[in-house]
Amino acid sequence: MPQINQLADVAFSQFFWLLLVLAIIYFGIGRGMLPKILSTVEARDNRVAEDLANAERARSAADEIEAAYRARIEASRGEAVKVTQAAKQATGREAEERVKAADAEIGAKVETAEARIRAATDAALAEIETVASEAAQEMVAKVAGLKVTSARAAKAVKAAMSNG
Amino acid sequence: MAAETKIDPMHQFQIDPVIGSWAEGNPFVFTNSALWMLIVLASIWVFMMGGMKRELVPGRWQAAVEGVTSFISSMLMTNVGPEGRKYVPWVFTVFMFILFANLIGMMPFGIIPGVHPFTVTSQFTITGILAIISFSIVLIVGFWKHKLHFFSLFVPKGTPFILKLLIVPIEFVSFLVRPFSLALRLFVAMIAGHILIKVFGSFIVSGLNAEGAMGPAISLLSFVFIIGVSALELLVCAIQAYVFALLTSLYINDAVNLH
Repeated sequence: MPQINQLADVAFSQFFWLLLVLAIIYFGIGRGMLPKILSTVEARDNRVAEDLANAERARSAADEIEAAYRARIEASRGEAVKVTQAAKQATGREAEERVKAADAEIGAKVETAEARIRAATDAALAEIETVASEAAQEMVAKVAGLKVTSARAAKAVKAAMSNG
Repeated sequence: MAAETKIDPMHQFQIDPVIGSWAEGNPFVFTNSALWMLIVLASIWVFMMGGMKRELVPGRWQAAVEGVTSFISSMLMTNVGPEGRKYVPWVFTVFMFILFANLIGMMPFGIIPGVHPFTVTSQFTITGILAIISFSIVLIVGFWKHKLHFFSLFVPKGTPFILKLLIVPIEFVSFLVRPFSLALRLFVAMIAGHILIKVFGSFIVSGLNAEGAMGPAISLLSFVFIIGVSALELLVCAIQAYVFALLTSLYINDAVNLH
């Protein structure tokens, strides 16, 4: 086994070169590069954790904003309903009033018209009575040759008409 | 070119000077072992440089480097706790050196003429030093933090006195064996796999050189077997590096937290 046969020859050389190489790796890489690489990893982990926390915060903020928005929408919807109801009531009342006013006007017109009609009727009746009493006078005069006073004729006509 | 020279499966572990020779008496001769250690170092350095871009969104390479570093730092965090942060550089050094040495030793550089791959971690001089350094850290940290209280490590809590007489020596011996088990586990795992592959490789060559129909059949069988063993060895490379790092962090936990 060369490892044993050569031991006396190679030992110093082996130790020397190994310790040299190990020292370079330990101080150059282990103490020089390694902490930098580990700190890079750590910085990245921190960064990721921070970003996640930020994202979480942003999400809760968004949730809050959405909740506020919902509440506002809800409130404004209620208000809108109230306003439309009030408007509906107001317009209803107004319409009713206008209808009533129109009603009253129409009623008044109808009444005057009726009154006119009545007056016309009365006038007509009166005219008819006088015409009838004159006709009765003439008829009596012609048929019976009697002279009837206009007062009696009128009375007779009135009696006949109220019976008729 | 019939392989008349016997194929020696142990030759791959031979250490030879690349510059100079043993005869010069220079104890720090630059050998093929040292060369491959420097190759391992360069590979680790290049790999780590890819992780130094320090971008917020990592690319593939940076993600790979960060995966390895986070793996080691989380291993120490779970096994030792927040105090384990201090030991991340050493455990990382051990893990990366063993992993890269194991994997580079497994790469088929031998197909390039003149290149002789060498597995640094198949030398117990190397694994021994790694284990001794880890064990020294445990001893130094243990006695520094707990003074002589560190010896309470050998006395499990709530043990009856009679049992203590038995358990304390066992605990003490198992503690002292730690550096040897740490070093030998890695060394044996690497040397065994490489010998196995080399032996089956020599079977292929001698099978092809043999006369008769049996030879090529054996060669083919050995080749299939080598594929399987190589896959297993790649797994072992990573597992051994992981085991070494994990045990180091567990031992450091003993020193820092005393059970």
